[in-house]
Amino acid sequence: MKQAIKIGLIGGVVEILLALIGMIEAFSQRYIIIDIISMGHTLIFLVALLMTSLSAKRTPHGNPLRAMINALTSGLIIGGFLAVLVVMGSLVNLRKVFINASPLLYQWLTFNQGIKAGIPLLLTGGALCGFLAGLLFLSSKLFRRVLIISLGSVVGAGVLQDLLRPTFALWGPLSVMNEWLFSANGLTLYGAIGLFVLIAALSYVWAKKGNVIRANLNGLSPSNQRVLRITTFLTLIMILLVLPQILGLFLSEVLTIVGLYVLLGLGLNIVVGFAGLLDLGYVAFFAIGAYSIAVLTSPELGFFNLSFWGALPFAIFIGVLSGFLLGIPVLKMRGDYLAIATLGFGEIIRILVLSDVLRPWLGGAQGIGKIPKAHIAGIEMATPQQIYYLILAGCLLVGFISWRLRDSRLGRAWMAVREDEDVAQAMGINLISTKLLAFATGAAFSALSGAIFASKLGSVYPHSFNVMISINIICLVIVGGMGSIPGVLVGAFALVGLPELLREFAEYRLLVYGAALVAMMLLRPEGLWPEPLQRRELHEGESSDAKPNH
Amino acid sequence: MAILSAQKMTKRFGGLVAVDELDIEIKEQSIHTIIGPNGAGKTTFFNCITGFYRPEAGGIFFNHHPLVGLSPDRIVRLGISRTYQNIRLFPNLTAMENILVGLHGHLKAGFFGIVLGLPATQQEEKEAAEEGRRLLRFVNLTGKGDLLAKNLPYGDQRRLEIGRALAARPKLLLLDEPTAGMNPRETQEMMDFIQHLRNELGITILLIEHQMRVVMGISETVTVLDYGEKIAEGTPVEIQKSPKVIEAYLGRSSQVVS
Repeated sequence: MKQAIKIGLIGGVVEILLALIGMIEAFSQRYIIIDIISMGHTLIFLVALLMTSLSAKRTPHGNPLRAMINALTSGLIIGGFLAVLVVMGSLVNLRKVFINASPLLYQWLTFNQGIKAGIPLLLTGGALCGFLAGLLFLSSKLFRRVLIISLGSVVGAGVLQDLLRPTFALWGPLSVMNEWLFSANGLTLYGAIGLFVLIAALSYVWAKKGNVIRANLNGLSPSNQRVLRITTFLTLIMILLVLPQILGLFLSEVLTIVGLYVLLGLGLNIVVGFAGLLDLGYVAFFAIGAYSIAVLTSPELGFFNLSFWGALPFAIFIGVLSGFLLGIPVLKMRGDYLAIATLGFGEIIRILVLSDVLRPWLGGAQGIGKIPKAHIAGIEMATPQQIYYLILAGCLLVGFISWRLRDSRLGRAWMAVREDEDVAQAMGINLISTKLLAFATGAAFSALSGAIFASKLGSVYPHSFNVMISINIICLVIVGGMGSIPGVLVGAFALVGLPELLREFAEYRLLVYGAALVAMMLLRPEGLWPEPLQRRELHEGESSDAKPNH
Repeated sequence: MAILSAQKMTKRFGGLVAVDELDIEIKEQSIHTIIGPNGAGKTTFFNCITGFYRPEAGGIFFNHHPLVGLSPDRIVRLGISRTYQNIRLFPNLTAMENILVGLHGHLKAGFFGIVLGLPATQQEEKEAAEEGRRLLRFVNLTGKGDLLAKNLPYGDQRRLEIGRALAARPKLLLLDEPTAGMNPRETQEMMDFIQHLRNELGITILLIEHQMRVVMGISETVTVLDYGEKIAEGTPVEIQKSPKVIEAYLGRSSQVVS
């Protein structure tokens, strides 16, 4: 009971916070289901549901009655908090302190019913959330899963409507679905119900039959499995290749940004995820790659006038070199000292390219323009849909290199250094070469990303390389899962792709970042997609000889 | 002949003399134990041998090869590997990966060989995995190779640490309190295992130990340190009778009583 009250209080405070910083009001402009449920209401509802299910889950001994009572209590408290906010708002002018406490907010909170009707409504709403959470907790695992997946899909379709609508519109047969599924703002009621039923049915079937299918697949002969793997791989490549044509201009642009961050993330994943060297100045190598391309190719400066492909090897080489140069002074540093030193390095590079002294060579605050685009087979990579292929190739290459390195002598040496530097050295690992190699590899990936970035934009400015980029990359590596290659992909989509799609809420981006990081550290420190364990012992047949080689 | 010798080796921390002009010779293929009260300088001596500390004076020689000034990774490549008093595995790597890290110095794959997947690299990796499995079996951890090191029970972790040290193919193995925290049965198994290592693989073993049962049971030579000085050396029986040792362990008054 105490626990339930505590969780309720936390939930209530969170709801009030969301309301007073204006998130609910901003989100209420968009509908999930037109004129019925707005995104703001969904947010309130989701937080309440989350907190009440937590309350039910934390019930000692899993007693069903107690769990239900706990969830109801927490829900009532959350509803009560919002009711208090509404009452307070009607008595005192909160707007003097909280500029977002507008009359419109109270209207949203009371579902346009006015205070008298709104307060009981809020309390009932809270209790209803608790009741739902309790029901969910008590229902079977299958039911819970199906319900969560299908509700999540409806909310997801509503949130990403701007993404889905133009995509469907490009495809003849699918464009019919647009009419049916989407209105001008949010899903139609029938569309939402239809989608819910469809996804529920699909996930139910998968939950029931999925194991059978998986067992069948595992039962295939090794050669058939190989064929299956290759087909899956080829299909995936095909999808990746036609993706920009399906998605259209805007989404391809988003994809290229995500792709650049994937490149950066994969590089930092080697430095931080594999070798455990916390590098907060990683943007420096991105800048070095971009500026190398700019200086080597731009006719504005007129030093070299190389083509993109002519300059790229130099850009990567300069990146590697600067990785070494940064690595040497910080070899003896660990943890926080290393973080501060690298942070300084990142700033030094940015300030150098900004400086007036170096302006004739690096362009100063005006940056460098007229950077030529890359050409592949005579075609200029100019539009996002074309640059996508360049970035895709880069990501595949860098991903492949990371994957090869991870399961090798070098990858193990990096991880050993991450786990315990002294013992790693006592096991015969040369710390100097191992650390420098990590810095250099990471820098090379980052420089590649910077090179593509420069050619994509056609110009480079010092302010594109501020410390927030470093922080963003660290965040996406942590959220995805440190040391995990697919984790970088997931992290980049979650922390870079999603905010690009939800541009209208950009002012809450950092807040959500912070909240997401804290939540990750508390609830899932291993990341969204942690590195799977390497099964090496049982890979091949056991040997019978029990004596080590000597 | 001596595989390892220290001559007038001294290690100071500020004003404190941790090891004072230590002369010691470890005979090849012997089981040699260092004992002494807490703070006698035993682990400091280990750290000097393996290159973590640099002695202020004197020398350490491994097969007449001077060790002072070499980095730890060079020393392990010469053929000296160790375990730690408080187990220091790589906790988030699997048991198998821990052992493969131990093999690091014997693998040659370079950056481009790995990225390009050259046949030589793949062959080397395959052989390394094979040897890793053999070592797992040798330390009785078959079937636990894919578990994270931190999830293994205590006794398994101790054996895994020895397995990792063996992966470096040492000629001299330094064991820092291998039976710490073990019950009598586990202790007996560890004693048998240590003798097995020496008898089967011909590895010289230098260990630090507190349990007298182990010291007396398996050592051929015992060296006693007290306040960084060697106060006695000899067979277990000789040590048990030495008045200096009794004094160091039980204090001066006990002599008066006895």
